[in-house]
Amino acid sequence: MELLERFAKGDVDAFESLFRQYQGEVYRWIRRIVRNTATAEDITVETFWRMYRAHAQFDSARGNCGAWLRRIATHAAIDYLHRSRDEISLLDDPAAPTLQPPGEQLELRREIYRAMNKLSPALRAVILLALVEEEPYESIARALGISEGAVKVRVFRGVRILRKALQQAGVHA
Amino acid sequence: MKERDGDLKILLKDSLPLAGETELQRDLWPEMLRKFEERTFHVPWWDWALLAGVAVSFFAFPGLIPALLYHL
Repeated sequence: MELLERFAKGDVDAFESLFRQYQGEVYRWIRRIVRNTATAEDITVETFWRMYRAHAQFDSARGNCGAWLRRIATHAAIDYLHRSRDEISLLDDPAAPTLQPPGEQLELRREIYRAMNKLSPALRAVILLALVEEEPYESIARALGISEGAVKVRVFRGVRILRKALQQAGVHA
Repeated sequence: MKERDGDLKILLKDSLPLAGETELQRDLWPEMLRKFEERTFHVPWWDWALLAGVAVSFFAFPGLIPALLYHL
């Protein structure tokens, strides 16, 4: 029996195979949104947990496990951003390359982080994926289960909020 | 703060390090197994609430116990 079919029937060995096959890809995607190594690892596990619980809903005939997982991962990452909204700091990633910028640059960076934190989790995820990671709109749309048009609208709204927040802080972008 | 001009996208990219190409450093399967074990033995809070409700009912109305046993 095919791996996906066995997974859809709840076979744990099939699930393990899929886990090992996709964990790296799921982790990289989540890390683009949460930007923290430890958090991305936790959410990767949460994503696969959600996947396993939903195994009966997986349509093995369609077979696009990667796309399904990416959608679950995106929602798990956004859920995390919701839960930790006031705590998250884009500065606190020990895995990020750390070239400490000079004073003025650091202040500018802080203003950008503050502005990013004013975005709703869903908007922040879209802005990070579209503008920072330069993911194609089509890929973001598939990951969120929305249309490309809806992604464009979210980018537009996010940019407007960011510009406003940055202008209030004296930064013109 | 000194005012800055420039495109928002460039500003964001300059300030936020790219995360996309960071590879997973370890196998997460052991974590997954741990989560399986935790969730397998996890009793939801409403089950505890139901159990507490039944215990309180039995304590307040001991007559319910033989009635319940009779119907089992």
